[in-house]
Amino acid sequence: MKDGFRQAMAWLHTWSGLVVGWLLFAIFVTGTLAYFRPEITQWMQPELPREGSTAQHATAAERYLRDVAPVARSWIISLPDEREPQLRVFWRELGPDGRFERELLDPISGKRTSARDTMGGDFFYRFHFELAMPNPWGRYLVGICAMFMLVAIITGIVTHKKIFKEFFTFRPRKGQRSWLDFHNASSVLALPFHLMITYTGLITLMLLYMPWGVEVAYDGDSGALFAEAFPQQQVEPAEVRLPLAPLAPMVARAEARWGQEASVSRIDVQYPGDRNATVTLQRGPGQGLSHETDKLRFAGASGELLGDSGALAPAATTRQLLYGLHVARFAPELLRWFFFVSGLTGCLMIATGLVLWTVKRRPQQLKSGGVAFGHALVERLNVAAIAGLPLAIIAFFHANRLLPVDMAQRADWEVRVFLICWLATLIHALMRTPRRAWIEQLLAAAIGCLALPVVNLLTTGDHLPAALMRGDGVAVGFDLIVLACGAALALVARAVLQRSKAVPVQEPQSTRRPSTALTNAGARPG
Amino acid sequence: MDTSNTQNARRRLRDPLGGVIRWSQGVCNKPRPPGLAVLGRLTSSTVSLHSCSSAAGRPRPRSSASGRYRLAVASRSLAAIVGGYACAAAFAVALAAALPLSRSEAVLWGTMLSFLIWSLAAIWAFTARSASRAWLGILLPAAVFGAVVLFAPGPT
Repeated sequence: MKDGFRQAMAWLHTWSGLVVGWLLFAIFVTGTLAYFRPEITQWMQPELPREGSTAQHATAAERYLRDVAPVARSWIISLPDEREPQLRVFWRELGPDGRFERELLDPISGKRTSARDTMGGDFFYRFHFELAMPNPWGRYLVGICAMFMLVAIITGIVTHKKIFKEFFTFRPRKGQRSWLDFHNASSVLALPFHLMITYTGLITLMLLYMPWGVEVAYDGDSGALFAEAFPQQQVEPAEVRLPLAPLAPMVARAEARWGQEASVSRIDVQYPGDRNATVTLQRGPGQGLSHETDKLRFAGASGELLGDSGALAPAATTRQLLYGLHVARFAPELLRWFFFVSGLTGCLMIATGLVLWTVKRRPQQLKSGGVAFGHALVERLNVAAIAGLPLAIIAFFHANRLLPVDMAQRADWEVRVFLICWLATLIHALMRTPRRAWIEQLLAAAIGCLALPVVNLLTTGDHLPAALMRGDGVAVGFDLIVLACGAALALVARAVLQRSKAVPVQEPQSTRRPSTALTNAGARPG
Repeated sequence: MDTSNTQNARRRLRDPLGGVIRWSQGVCNKPRPPGLAVLGRLTSSTVSLHSCSSAAGRPRPRSSASGRYRLAVASRSLAAIVGGYACAAAFAVALAAALPLSRSEAVLWGTMLSFLIWSLAAIWAFTARSASRAWLGILLPAAVFGAVVLFAPGPT
């Protein structure tokens, strides 16, 4: 009985993992990079100045907003801090269908920034849950992948009887065994992380995926739910003009209350220019695990302190905690690296799982007289998903440095370079034999990584020794990680190359059969 | 793990759509009686959840067994995905309606926990002895949750 249960779980683990494995790999890789979203933005927008205090930034943003929208439905100011280089403002015009506008500002002058147009680290953050698809389709797709992942993890745990022992088992150079051992080790090593990140990922978009509770209790009005669960007094405009008090003194009061090191991360102004305007200051991350941080409310016209945010009820607290765990903004540097490494372990877990699927079935396929279309397709998609994605990401960074700084729609073109490059790796993988495609794409990605610091030097004049001299941790870290990735990719490419030389007997079979299978696709049952 | 136990276990897996379980060795490549039409496929079952071809190391058969195997997997998958979602949604609504908490708290608990219900339903769909039991084990709780919604006093 028990054994049958385990067999069924193994089956479910294999197939639920395969069906979404390729997308999951992309979601994991971009999500892992998104832990360093502000740092990646710093690298991708080297023109942004990194100076000034929070009060100065708030004043700069205020100056701009007073100019473009003195009277509005709302302003939102997202402030820079030690990590985040960008000063972003959003505002919504008065009226029921007032447009939502956004602008990236120079944090000192408060004018529109002249820094190159790029999505920066936001690209990875958004791709992680939108897959560069129109809303809401990408989000649905990611949710489906996450559900499969959750099932694959739970069934994976059930499949392994000796989960502790397997963690210490690695039998290298044993083909399928080695892949399985590595898959097990990478899964078990960060198992709590994998479970946590998958479940909390579903929670971040839970009302999109599971709207029925809101549908019944609130007639589908999720805004009403949030207003009740996360109380923030809604104000009605008095329709009487009264200019907004300066923001800098409010920032100073918040900093006096929270301490200097806990900077204000966001300012929300409701009905600026109205007598009933309110200003809400939100404390930066680092207070606790939760996504929810302290808030202070001020009367907009007088600048008087109104009060702070009260405590949340248990379910709302739980939801903010789960959300906070997922995005990990609370994490200090060392812990963030721990999350990053756990994310990388997840990428390895998915990649080895996908490769294991083909390695395990290849001998049976060959014995039965050729590789079936389905198997050949999986082998090729594996190449484009696992080796092609890093290549596309490296191309994205190159595009950031090589596209003309004042190009129209520059940010879009960076993304297009990424997507075109990824598509190219797919076409390449379909045209070559899997082994050749692996070697060529891994080598191309390795060369791209190793060339990036050189391209950076030629286009911006900055280089590793200079960054070391001025103590720029982000520039140093970025270059070192890119170089390490290049070296790792080159080593994997070399390993694949040596393996294909070491087993020359299998080589002609394995290189010829899949291509014939692909051309005979229609004739095969699949 | 003795032999009978293993056999028993394998038997549990060999069953796409419920009904009488008949176990015979190497059934995958046996031609099916032509008289057995769709109805027969729905009632009797002898096919493993694992693909027969891989177990036997032979080319994948194009027999009706393969088609039946796929039908079984499709049915269970549908139970896991659609049935599981329906069950989880009913659970979320039931908690939203019946938990003696404030409205927002009840909705949030129900929604957050519903994903665990969905995972459990998906796992059940592939562990149940037959596909019909898989459906039953998912739709029955869903109906119970639905009843809770109907008879709950309503959100406070």
